[in-house]
Amino acid sequence: MSERIKTGDGGIILTNAEDLMNWARLSSLWPMGFGLACCAIEMMATYASHYDLERFGIMPRPSPRQSDVMIVAGTVTFKMADRIRRLYEQMPEPRYVISMGSCSNCGGPYWEHGYHVVKGVDRIIPVDVYVPGCPPRPEALIGGFMKLQEKIRGEHPLAPELFLEMEQKAETV
Amino acid sequence: MDFEAIKQILISQFGEHIGSEEKGPQPILTAPADKIAEICQFLFEDERLYFDYLPCITAIDNGPAVATMELIYNLSSIPFGHELTIKIVFPRNTEDQPLPTIATVSHIWRTADWHEREAFDLMGIHFENHPDLRRILLPEDWVGHPLRKDYNAQEKYHGIHVRYEHD
Repeated sequence: MSERIKTGDGGIILTNAEDLMNWARLSSLWPMGFGLACCAIEMMATYASHYDLERFGIMPRPSPRQSDVMIVAGTVTFKMADRIRRLYEQMPEPRYVISMGSCSNCGGPYWEHGYHVVKGVDRIIPVDVYVPGCPPRPEALIGGFMKLQEKIRGEHPLAPELFLEMEQKAETV
Repeated sequence: MDFEAIKQILISQFGEHIGSEEKGPQPILTAPADKIAEICQFLFEDERLYFDYLPCITAIDNGPAVATMELIYNLSSIPFGHELTIKIVFPRNTEDQPLPTIATVSHIWRTADWHEREAFDLMGIHFENHPDLRRILLPEDWVGHPLRKDYNAQEKYHGIHVRYEHD
């Protein structure tokens, strides 16, 4: 066993562009900084020093235009639904949505008599990860982010679906 | 000043229009619905009473079978430390009739402004001479008054299905 001095130079990592890009994207997921109800309190606790989302490269952004992921943390009312849809549309692609807690998953305790509650945020915007709980503990939200990272790891950002389709067509002809 | 004394002052001022319900833990003064603004003005201005604070307005719908609605005003006097509950009962409108109309007290207590907007928004009680009677909680284009006993949720709102069963 030889002793080596770590200088930081001269190291080589071999990878492909897609993996590198995915790694970069999943290591710097920037959520939009907004919360709707009690789930937002758990979300804030997850950001704060005890659970420290920053160690995953996750930091809240003040603008949808700088965000990669939207955490829908709380009860989505019909009055809020229009605003959420607009904020989602303002986010640049690729964009992701984490639905946090029972309310935004399916209406939660308001499912039957909540005339003012949207019964699941997936009725207005597409959801990537559902985090169950009422409210979910910070560990569960971190688990949701892990799931999202897994999803991003398997994506093909350099091969857009249109090209893949064209490729398939060319093969069949 | 206790409830009996306040009641006597009001009876001497407004006559036999004033009644009371004293069975429950909280004695309630009942008043005719069309006199409420007048009575409130007196309660606010009278030197013995001076109810300068309106903690709450509650609206109750007794349903289409009973066909009445109620408004309950909780009053409190900060310098004297006494409190009063007044209730008015008035007929409820059916679907094709205009909303029941009650005189506003928002010119006496500013806080009544939002309380009355809430009662209008959720219960459908129209307050006459209110400076700004808009919905306060629900969106502007909402249909109906949801806390009414016979309220049926709308099928769709802005293209989103309201009921859980619709996927």
